[in-house]
Amino acid sequence: MTPSTTEIVLKPTADDHRVARHAAAAIVLTVAEAAIPLPLPGVKPGLANIITLVVLARWGWRDAVWVALLRVLVGSLLLGQFLAPGFFLSLVGSLASLAVLGLAMHLPKRWFGPVSHSVLAAFAHIGGQVLVARLWLVPHDGVFYLVPVFALAATVFGLVNGLIAARLLAEESAAEKDLVHKAM
Amino acid sequence: MSRRPALRPWLAAWAAHLKAGDVLVLGCALLVCVLSAISLWKGGRPDKAIIKSGGKVFAEVDLSMPRIVEVPGPLGTTRVEIQPGRARVAADPGPRQYCVRQGWLSSAGAVAICAPNQVSLALSGRTADYDSLNY
Repeated sequence: MTPSTTEIVLKPTADDHRVARHAAAAIVLTVAEAAIPLPLPGVKPGLANIITLVVLARWGWRDAVWVALLRVLVGSLLLGQFLAPGFFLSLVGSLASLAVLGLAMHLPKRWFGPVSHSVLAAFAHIGGQVLVARLWLVPHDGVFYLVPVFALAATVFGLVNGLIAARLLAEESAAEKDLVHKAM
Repeated sequence: MSRRPALRPWLAAWAAHLKAGDVLVLGCALLVCVLSAISLWKGGRPDKAIIKSGGKVFAEVDLSMPRIVEVPGPLGTTRVEIQPGRARVAADPGPRQYCVRQGWLSSAGAVAICAPNQVSLALSGRTADYDSLNY
């Protein structure tokens, strides 16, 4: 059969596959996390960010942006949050933390690891969210009353996620070294 | 054999992933937490006390130096004691003494009311986060 001239053939590249694979893992974590009961709206572990951190360290900022935004979009579709206030909060939070990650990744690697990236991104995340909440959802300064709680959550979950990401990265590179050794 | 997981090596294994800069960032993060809690959660500092009698303002007293204000009411005299940064109703002729038992008021918006003698003491400040009657 001759291919029609109007047919659009999408040929996913290796990059696309990699982004899709990581985004899928992040989406699974988002959905799993939604099942955890939490005391305060807005305080979430953000486990999916582990994937963003790993992708950032291994594949760079562009892939991290793709994975994070796909995760926000598909995660909200799966949870029925698409275009709801929560969706915009997490979209703005993600954009803010991606911007900060873009800067933080240039910190000297000798001293700053995934934990730094994670904590800084978590703070950017709550910063963006509180700003949107204040400007749009709750136009009252009462929002700022919760900032210390959010900041503490960002510190704790930033640390935990960063440590997990650091360990995953260390194990991956150890496994790669092993492979290289076996190949030689 | 001990069945308790060895906590210390487990923690050490995780801590191995922390770099010097990470510790610095974490320290700054904790500092932000503490500072934001202090600056956002402290009640507004009061700067004056407003004393009313029979619904009318009887006196507006600066909270900078100690003094005692005597307020006349239908039952007798209510004594309001002022100290730097705080104020209380020290004595009241009312039967139940609610306003006296409230003790020292020290945050902006706090109110003590001696209803029988129609006297009230309220602290006001630049930023009154709440008043003790309604949010």
